Amino acid sequence: MRREDLIFEQSRPGRRASTHAPATIAAIDDLPASVLREAPPPLPEVSELQVVRHFTRLSQLNFSIDTHFYPLGSCTMKYNPRVSNTLAMLPGFLARHPLEPDSHAQGVLESLFDLQELLKAATGMSGVSLTPMAGAQGEFAGIAMIRAWHLARGDTGRTQIIVPDAAHGTNPATASMCGCEAIEIPTGPDGDVDIDALRRAVGPKTAGIMLTNPSTLGVFERRISEIADIVHAAGGLLYYDGANLNAILGRALPAGMGFDVVHINLHKTFSTPHGGGGPGAGVVAVNSRLEPFLPIPIVGKRDGSYVWLSEADRPQSIGRLSGFMGNTGILLRAYVYMRLLGAEGMRRVSGYATLNANYLSTRLAAAGFTIAYPQRRASHEFIISLKDVARDTGATAMDFAKALLDRGFHAPTTYFPLLVPECLLIEPTETETRQELDAFVQALCEIRDLAFRDVGELKRAPQTTPVRRLDDVRAARQLDLVWHSRSGTVN
Amino acid sequence: MPFIPHTDDDLAAMLQTIGVADIDALFDEIPAALRVGGLPAVPPGMSEAAVVRLMRARAARNVDSLCFLGAGAYEHHIPAAVWELATRGEFYSAYTPYQAEASQGTLQLIYEYQSMLAGLVDLDVSNASLYDGATAFAEACLMAVRASRNRNSRRVLVARYLHPLWRKAAETLLRGQAVELVELPSSGGRTDMQALAALDAQDFAAVCLPWPNFLGGLEPVDELTDWAHGRNMLVIAVCNPVAIGLLKPPGKWGAQGADIACGEGQPLGIPLSSGGPYFGFMACRQALVRQMPGRIVGQTLDIEGRRGFTLTLQAREQHIRRSKATSNICTNQGLMVTAATIHLCLLGSEGLRRVAAQCHTNTRALVAALTSLPGVDLQFSPYFHEAVLTLPQPVAPVLARLAAAGILGGHDLQADFPELGHALLVCATELRTAEDIETYRQAMAGALGMAVAT
Repeated sequence: MRREDLIFEQSRPGRRASTHAPATIAAIDDLPASVLREAPPPLPEVSELQVVRHFTRLSQLNFSIDTHFYPLGSCTMKYNPRVSNTLAMLPGFLARHPLEPDSHAQGVLESLFDLQELLKAATGMSGVSLTPMAGAQGEFAGIAMIRAWHLARGDTGRTQIIVPDAAHGTNPATASMCGCEAIEIPTGPDGDVDIDALRRAVGPKTAGIMLTNPSTLGVFERRISEIADIVHAAGGLLYYDGANLNAILGRALPAGMGFDVVHINLHKTFSTPHGGGGPGAGVVAVNSRLEPFLPIPIVGKRDGSYVWLSEADRPQSIGRLSGFMGNTGILLRAYVYMRLLGAEGMRRVSGYATLNANYLSTRLAAAGFTIAYPQRRASHEFIISLKDVARDTGATAMDFAKALLDRGFHAPTTYFPLLVPECLLIEPTETETRQELDAFVQALCEIRDLAFRDVGELKRAPQTTPVRRLDDVRAARQLDLVWHSRSGTVN
Repeated sequence: MPFIPHTDDDLAAMLQTIGVADIDALFDEIPAALRVGGLPAVPPGMSEAAVVRLMRARAARNVDSLCFLGAGAYEHHIPAAVWELATRGEFYSAYTPYQAEASQGTLQLIYEYQSMLAGLVDLDVSNASLYDGATAFAEACLMAVRASRNRNSRRVLVARYLHPLWRKAAETLLRGQAVELVELPSSGGRTDMQALAALDAQDFAAVCLPWPNFLGGLEPVDELTDWAHGRNMLVIAVCNPVAIGLLKPPGKWGAQGADIACGEGQPLGIPLSSGGPYFGFMACRQALVRQMPGRIVGQTLDIEGRRGFTLTLQAREQHIRRSKATSNICTNQGLMVTAATIHLCLLGSEGLRRVAAQCHTNTRALVAALTSLPGVDLQFSPYFHEAVLTLPQPVAPVLARLAAAGILGGHDLQADFPELGHALLVCATELRTAEDIETYRQAMAGALGMAVAT
């Protein structure tokens, strides 16, 4: 098994990397000792080569899109084009101080302005703010705008946000952060929202509803127009969680479905990197009724120049969400990707993402796997339930996930959505070849065979990864979150 | 087709397997009235070469300057190895490390980051990072309200000279939960200990102390920490991570130390990049760890007894707790933390100390050079890393003239802090040379309409 010592364990007192710091220490003779640090911070003392080797080796302990198929449902792990990174990291973009005059940043501002226009076109909305730094912040911005819209009309009693039970956990968490109450409604047996339950749930307290479409069940909500009418008639607004926008890009518009606000995860649909857990970008797009409330800053155009619009230009804005203007470097990557694709390329994204998902779903069904919603057309993702295999063999969805790692595939999303037992939520994306999908089907079939033949052996997976299954209970009960020298060197 | 690998044969075979005639047929569940034929407002796609040409031209339209502007974002040297390593595909294109066995690289790196960050601020534990300094500050306020012994208080005291944009962002993020920021009394560019008595009769959950503050000022953190703890408040340190390579870390403030530390991670190897992506850091005392938002990595053992790393304490998070989660946050700034961890290793503690000391020394040299001009005065001392100068005329036109001369001269404080008069916040990081400072002095003399003495 591969392993790598902690960088602290490689440290030796007095060793320096480095040509990176000043050659001598400047004297600090103007400050009282009471404000100064007594002991130096416990950082490792290592050479530059040690650093390069250590982090190169650590990187090799990871799965990533660049090394493995990553069919992670609702996460859209598609190829991240290298050129997006190269261009966003041009020195002329990296050197921009956030508080420099707008006149010095016209190349950035023009790109961001164009990106705003492209996102309006892709959603059918009339206004965009690029500032939310992740999907969850986009959700926050969306619900805060809905709240602000009600309050601006003097409608103060609307504090309930309706959320289907299949929704991402961020949806109810966001409602709470905005001071609202999440009201959960059930899903019908066909995977669509239970319309009667929705009718019972709406009322004078309804601020709005949060929906993902296609939903996290991997099916398109067919009665979306009826849902929009019910919510609007009750005085609420509709929030589109853009997690699954990849499925409908260039085929249907959130605005056309009756949504008032949408957030878009640029790190999903527009292929900016996940970076091991961020940074993301959760830009928001709105129709005209919510436009005055968009978070600032926003890029505007004035007398032929691009400018940041702020409080003075948008007095009804919900305000700022970040110290400066959001994750600009990520926005530039998304812009490069969108220009490479163009209108036809975007429509092909949804087409081939849906083709790959339906092909995989059809092949797995033919191989005897249980598709959660077999009567429905898969969108860009679909669910298989391993309930029957679990009943017959004791092998769980988690066992399948771990066994996939041994066969060189990242696991699909497991145990989400919560309402399908022993589920795998599978999203292949448009950038995978048919041959890769075929190999994945074969791997799942082999794992199922193993479950019936020798479930004990299956439960020993993974065996080829840098570590085997980890003791999560120990991790939470005997918390060890930072290294101490007393931990000693592990050999 | 950009990034789509299907051959005509693949397409035909896959459609046949599914049993549909063409790709459009796969969208038959979308009601016809909702379908669109394309995106007419989006221009056609471009070749990579054409996009490279476009973006190089855009990058060239930006104007580079000699930078004496800090105010929350700092131009430091970033070793070449930092981004060479951080943008390796295995880090760059990896997902959040939920499948621990397939993510040991990212997980061990975050554990190392948590260890370095906790050591830097001298507190027990750190999370895996938050979006940026402003959101980390807002989340620290929410955390303090959840954890405070003053259970009924939803009010948090905050020093006047905290970053004004952070405060605005925090107000947006706190509004929904009815948490209110109340300003501490101030005089002389920092909190006024003598005026605190007026607050004694009121309940607050916490007090937030910037270190150094937005003006480069050094708050009386020891006295304020003891004062706050004596009133059952938690103490939130908002600190610059480079500065505390040299300044007293939050864990050593007062008799017991601060309870939570947070701040902007940008100075640790992150390019300025128009304000983002950066990362926010957060650390706290062990007793508060279950109230901390965001991802946390812990060390554990695998079934063979080998050391391994995994996300832990996930019961606090939105994907488990849903509406009762500590925050809706489900991201950390993984790639930025990767860069910062590498950066801290390359500097080491001695390197970090030297960078901090050189920043301060350069700022002192800058202050000396500029205050040699008639009518330019230093407003407050001591200061660290950044300082407030008074100009003999309004700041904005002076900064515009400096910008035209290729110099970012600092940050105009007039709008946010009118009590400071014609006040300019200046900063010289370790990258500024004596020649740079002399260039600025001469340009400032010109911008103020003075004859230049060379």
